[in-house]
Amino acid sequence: MLNGKSALVTGASRGIGRSIALELARQGANVAVNYAGSEAKAQAVVEEIEQLGVKAMKIQADVSNEDSVKEMIKSVVNEFGSLDILVNNAGITRDNLLMRMKEEEFDQVINTNLKGVFVCTKSVTRQMMKQKSGRIINVASIVGVSGNPGQANYVAAKAGVIGLTKTTAKELASRNILVNAVAPGFISTDMTDELTDEQREGMLGMIPLAKLGTPEDVAKVVRFLASDDANYITGQTIHIDGGMVM
Amino acid sequence: MADVFDRVKEIIVDKLDVEESKVTMEASFKDDLEADSLDVVELVMELEDEFDMEIADEEAEKINTVGDAVNYINSLQS
Repeated sequence: MLNGKSALVTGASRGIGRSIALELARQGANVAVNYAGSEAKAQAVVEEIEQLGVKAMKIQADVSNEDSVKEMIKSVVNEFGSLDILVNNAGITRDNLLMRMKEEEFDQVINTNLKGVFVCTKSVTRQMMKQKSGRIINVASIVGVSGNPGQANYVAAKAGVIGLTKTTAKELASRNILVNAVAPGFISTDMTDELTDEQREGMLGMIPLAKLGTPEDVAKVVRFLASDDANYITGQTIHIDGGMVM
Repeated sequence: MADVFDRVKEIIVDKLDVEESKVTMEASFKDDLEADSLDVVELVMELEDEFDMEIADEEAEKINTVGDAVNYINSLQS
């Protein structure tokens, strides 16, 4: 499905990013695994990808730093010869009630989760314009659509990503670069493992499909958006949330 | 001089898909060659690669005609 394509997934050492990296590799893409701090985990993902018979590389970069992102894109293109798919997945949380949220907690989340998408998108566009094709898939969140108490910074960033997705899609459509977002709902990851049974029950009550999603559920939609099957889709945000927000 | 102009012209003809005869020193990218703003950004990128240099955004904004581009490149290379 993606044979011969090259992909870069940011924040791919664990969670949803890791699943996306593996899914793209399973479909035949060479995959660059970006990470911020967890080198050992990124290395493990690289080894898993290589066992699938495609090329993989790990690459450290702070997605909100333009210089390091430019370097990252350059090394990926040097290594793979092209860059066809960018998945902006890297993200952090610094949850707090608005009244208690520190300015730095707000700034950190906006920097990584929103500015990071801008910086990576801008830097990859040059390469994709030359190739006259490309796919950019942004991992937003359902809370960017619905809002969520305790996550003013995260929600603002994710809503920003959805707007950025639409504008980028319009600007780059004429160059055959398609830009879409996915908005995962409650996905079973390290983050949801920490919830109490009570919290979990409460969450399930809001989900028509009455179960948590898996990272693979998200990865498969990203794979679809990266493939030729999605040739006529751009600027969209696809909810992967068991029907929670309609 | 002619050399730079010819190389620039070749890139413009290729990128904007226009007649060679339309690409004169006086031709405006937007008015005469029907380039939109993204086309101009893309052209600047191509010129950077072709001449192995970086054109700062402030300079790139001043490039309106083919002559502007050629003169700018010449000024850097002399």
